Amino acid sequence: MNGVMKGGLTLATIGAVCAALVATTYLLTRDRIAANEQAWLEKSLEPVLAGLFFEGSVSESMRVIRAPHDLPGPDDVIIYRLFAEEKPVAALFAVTARDGYAGSIRVLVGIEYDGTVTGIRILEHRETPGLGDRIVSSRSDWVFQFDGRSLGNPNADGWALKRDGGQFDQLTGASVTPRAIISAVKATLIYFDAHREELFAAPATGDEE
Amino acid sequence: MKSGRFIERLQVGLWKGNPGLVQLLGLCPLLAVTSTFVNGLGLGIATLFVLACSNVLVSATRRWIRHEIRIPIYVLIIASLVTCIELIIKAWFPSLDRSLGIFIPLIVTNCAIVARAEIFASRNTISSSLADGIGMGAGFTVLLMAIGFFRELIGHGSILSDLDMLFGGDPGPGLVIVDGGWLLAILPPGAFFSLALAVAAKNALDRKKKMTKRA
Repeated sequence: MNGVMKGGLTLATIGAVCAALVATTYLLTRDRIAANEQAWLEKSLEPVLAGLFFEGSVSESMRVIRAPHDLPGPDDVIIYRLFAEEKPVAALFAVTARDGYAGSIRVLVGIEYDGTVTGIRILEHRETPGLGDRIVSSRSDWVFQFDGRSLGNPNADGWALKRDGGQFDQLTGASVTPRAIISAVKATLIYFDAHREELFAAPATGDEE
Repeated sequence: MKSGRFIERLQVGLWKGNPGLVQLLGLCPLLAVTSTFVNGLGLGIATLFVLACSNVLVSATRRWIRHEIRIPIYVLIIASLVTCIELIIKAWFPSLDRSLGIFIPLIVTNCAIVARAEIFASRNTISSSLADGIGMGAGFTVLLMAIGFFRELIGHGSILSDLDMLFGGDPGPGLVIVDGGWLLAILPPGAFFSLALAVAAKNALDRKKKMTKRA
């Protein structure tokens, strides 16, 4: 057998062994990883669900709103709808605020059927540590001021930082970050107001990609 | 292999030939994840494990591997190991996975690992390659931990925060010494400054030792 063949065979054998190793590990960890992701999802949705009464599991009612849409962000938006006794209770939106200080910020916005914000949380961000990252609930109370707000409370002009003539507290040393979030939440509320009935009427998208 | 040889390999990895301090290899993950102690420890352990396993595998197969195809084989071995470790971390340490994020798959590109396979494991016995992998991995881990500790202390004013990511339990802010800190330390420039300080400190210590020996 010549050298090239021999080398090729060695490479193929080692490749096959490596593939088998990875496949085995994948099979052994697959269920755990899926369970972790599900648990993480439910845990990250929990804070904006506080005080709501609903039936069934949150993730069952998932629906994907395909781009283009009027929600913040260029990508498809995932929403979760909550029902109690067949009546809509609230909807959760995972939207993207594109104009953060360091790229996009993923924001989870919970809105009750009557248009009141149940709460917002930051899912993902790359803002400056110590300045912009105080939008995260574990670092400061800033995000809690959205609780109970709606499109009429404050009115359209009030949806801005106090510095810009609005009603929302600023974060010292960061103004780009909070502005991005305020406008994303406002845009989500406007979308919800305009599409409320069809949002709750459509069937769940389920696992369809 | 005698235990004396093992200790010698460990010494080389930890000090004389430390992959980060002396060879200046694997700086991308080193600079990127060391914003806290626990991140450094997590990536360090993962790197140590990959290094030890890849050294053993490369050493065990060294007789059958022709010189021309050795690099693709190293890459195959290292990439599969890293993929397995990534899956294991995702399954058993999900919060660490969220914090280290893309740096786990990036272990593949840590040139310290291919360097050890090429320079050491392909020419030595399995046991000394294992010792070399553990030594080099430990050296890298200790450096990651030290820089992480330093940057966290200066930048956040805390020690050992978020240990729950690795060891479970309740999330904790660690030991807060001062509230807030000097932001620069956790930003990317802080990583470069810290590494430079560490390399300078090592060189100063070595020189001092040499002087006392001579005197």
